[in-house]
Amino acid sequence: MNIQTSKEKEMPAISAGRRHALRLLLGSMAASLAAAFYPVLRYLVPPAESNSAVNAALAGTIRDLKPNSAKTFHFGNRPALLVCLPSGEYRSMSAVCTHLGCTVQYRPDGEQIWCACHNGCYDTNGRNVSGPPPRPLERYEVHVRGEEIFVSRKQDA
Amino acid sequence: MRATETVRQWVDERFDIEELLALARHKTVPMHRFSIWYYLGGLTLFLFIVQVCTGLLLLLYYRPSAGEAFESVQYITSQVKYGWLIRSIHSWSANLMIFSAFAHMFSIVFLRAYRKPRELTWVSGMALLFLALGFGFSGYLLPWNTLAFFATKVGTSVPGQIPIVGHSIMLLMRGGEDVTGATLARFYGLHVAVLPLITFGMLGAHLLLVQKFGMSVPPSVENKYRGTPGRLREMRFFPNFLLRELVGWNLVLAVLLTLAVFLPWELGTKADPFASAPAGIRPEWYFLAQFQTLKMIPSKVMSMDGEVLGILAFGLAGGLCFALPFLETLLGRRGSLWVRVGAALGLAFLGSMTVYGHFAK
Amino acid sequence: MRNRCFRVLLTMIVGLAALAGRAEVTARPDSPPPTAEAGGYVDVHAQKGITCADCHGATPAGAALPAIPRERIPQLCGSCHSDVNRIKKANPSLRVDQWAQYKTSVHGIKFEHGDKKVAICTDCHSAHRILPASDPHSSIHPKNIAATCKRCHSDEEYMKPYGVKTDQFAGYVESVHSKAMVERGDLSAPTCTTCHGSHGAVPPGAASVAEVCGSCHVFQAKHFGEGPHKQVFADLGLPGCVTCHSNHRIKHPDDQFIGTTKPAACARCHKKTDPGGRAADAIHDRLLYLDHEIAGARAVLDRASRSGMEVGDSQIELSQAGDALMKARVSLHTVLPSRVEEDVQAGLKITSKAHAAGEAALHERTQRKRELLIPLLAIFAVTFSLCFYIVELERGGN
Repeated sequence: MNIQTSKEKEMPAISAGRRHALRLLLGSMAASLAAAFYPVLRYLVPPAESNSAVNAALAGTIRDLKPNSAKTFHFGNRPALLVCLPSGEYRSMSAVCTHLGCTVQYRPDGEQIWCACHNGCYDTNGRNVSGPPPRPLERYEVHVRGEEIFVSRKQDA
Repeated sequence: MRATETVRQWVDERFDIEELLALARHKTVPMHRFSIWYYLGGLTLFLFIVQVCTGLLLLLYYRPSAGEAFESVQYITSQVKYGWLIRSIHSWSANLMIFSAFAHMFSIVFLRAYRKPRELTWVSGMALLFLALGFGFSGYLLPWNTLAFFATKVGTSVPGQIPIVGHSIMLLMRGGEDVTGATLARFYGLHVAVLPLITFGMLGAHLLLVQKFGMSVPPSVENKYRGTPGRLREMRFFPNFLLRELVGWNLVLAVLLTLAVFLPWELGTKADPFASAPAGIRPEWYFLAQFQTLKMIPSKVMSMDGEVLGILAFGLAGGLCFALPFLETLLGRRGSLWVRVGAALGLAFLGSMTVYGHFAK
Repeated sequence: MRNRCFRVLLTMIVGLAALAGRAEVTARPDSPPPTAEAGGYVDVHAQKGITCADCHGATPAGAALPAIPRERIPQLCGSCHSDVNRIKKANPSLRVDQWAQYKTSVHGIKFEHGDKKVAICTDCHSAHRILPASDPHSSIHPKNIAATCKRCHSDEEYMKPYGVKTDQFAGYVESVHSKAMVERGDLSAPTCTTCHGSHGAVPPGAASVAEVCGSCHVFQAKHFGEGPHKQVFADLGLPGCVTCHSNHRIKHPDDQFIGTTKPAACARCHKKTDPGGRAADAIHDRLLYLDHEIAGARAVLDRASRSGMEVGDSQIELSQAGDALMKARVSLHTVLPSRVEEDVQAGLKITSKAHAAGEAALHERTQRKRELLIPLLAIFAVTFSLCFYIVELERGGN
């Protein structure tokens, strides 16, 4: 079936070849523009780090921590502490000292959390017990799912 | 090309496409010295399509709660691959679209394309302009940053001044007495569901009306070709005018990409409802003229509250804009002149107030 | 007959003297007419069921209570408060060594020698409004202690005979310690009694000042002990911490506090050219340098972050550099540039890493601008070919 469009009927024969070439050019250029969809496709693929890293984060795995030890991890954009008590219980709190913002560390020998800057001490509940810190460390909730340990901010009602 | 012929035949046997195609083939665009303004409508449409596409993509990662909105936009711009590009395009395209819509509207006024029989096309177009402003206002709050928060606070307090119904309107807008997460949820619903639904309907109506009545020709051109109707050149829409439109759309796309890369949209700082408003809070440029005007009205004008007077004046002006085609008929013989003078004054006022508002302390 | 008159006269004189003694209740009257409940706060003795007669002695109903002479008060209070068995019944955790401590204090020693102006129990605790220290209305609540001591110690007239300065309260009120208590509500911040003791109050001697400050400022005291200043100060009889930081008007030191240009503390003894001055300037410069580097790294990371690059991890690591600077400001108490340099180096390692990460992120951003060329080229190619196509299309006279 030869359906001729009105365009083709009016076109003089000499530019038919030219039009073919042009169509080809246009087609290939359009294809390259379609390749501009590449960013869109990359966008659709979810990134490795989950969106909820602000309010919850994967702090580590069970194998990471032995009893009476701790590790520092990133939570939001501040450091946080995940402690494994000698009893095996996990606790998590902010690692930002409430005195002047230094990063605190866990001391296995005293079972307390200590700030090396000015000798501030907190207990394993995050409460400030001695030294300059005026306030306790912010506590987080710990959820253990299989092998993985998740930490999230305390949810208020 | 045989493949396209086969497909076309298959469709035509079932849906009778040929009639529609014939209609499309007959659509023409008049060519005269003002024809360049015909491109603005399609440009606005193109920018709207860009908004819908980038908006859908942003929807995949955005979270509409006061606690997570800012972080989710931060996530999009820093973690998601090309998220920064999609977001900046969305923000820039919004501004370009509103500018294009205003330009389209003013070109219609000055080329007098609102005359009979196109009154309803004008009304639907005006509605689309207000919808676009609504999109801009609701979308602006969504990143939940300081600027947006306080701009929304100011922006929703203005309708609150309307006598009798003002407070109820403000409550409806804010979802409460203050701007909170409830406001965000409401604006989000508006921005992604309510306004798009209404806009699609209104846009459909607008485009149908344009197809029905064809392209309007300004009176001066009409007069020129009055005696010789055949002399006015008509260009075919498919493919000639459309190809030209595509050129324009491509160039604008290039502009958008360049803007997104060289002038990326800032994220700012997360909104803190308990902090005091930073100095120099201003709405976006498309509300700046009204904002500046309201600031400049004295607090008492002839025993009436100045701000209320200003708001009512704007309401009146808006109403007049909608009723423009009918106004011209009402104003009689010199009606068109009044309309054009009024529009020119309005444009000058809006333009100068916007500039002034930008530079004022 | 004469003997009897003499005895009557003697009794009258003694009676008059007793009356005079009775009128002198306290040297510094502090309370309105005695009442168990004053100002709505119940006195702790009244709460425990101790009556007026328990201190003043039994009097017939309606008769005025005899005032207790000032010189008998410490003994009177001590008669209960040093008795372990008595106090145990009322409050098992209350100490019972207050009187014993008081007797070792400056107040106590002077009191033994007959000085009636010095503070006794009721001057600080009040006589009839005694509240536990945990009660915010108590005169001995941490927030109120300085105001209690100030009643005498800021009174120039009163303190003149002792040749003691009266600027302590004025100085303390401007100090970081006072601000921590008053503005931040930190009740563990030091007040007068924290350093001087309460019942056994003595001003710490030059040799022991560092011990007092060091009981909280552990690291600073440790570092001071490791440095040359310790011996030098001891030889010169200068008190450890107070020489630089003052004892009462302790302000928050900034990096300008060390060096040889005013308002640096070092400038008081050292000149630019002597070894100590050179060390001070060296430390000053290194601290400023690290601070500057941290600010620079932070600025780069902020710029990168605002441009949409992900630099959160680097920003967290940069905060460790702040920790290092903090530690350097503590280790400078050794006044040894080499020791301070250890901390500074630790900080600089972090800042250079953070800076590099920021620059890399910005570089990637510039890459984006170059990457933009590809789609732009594609768009222009399409546009160009469109135009060409339109021209060709209409060449046939469409």
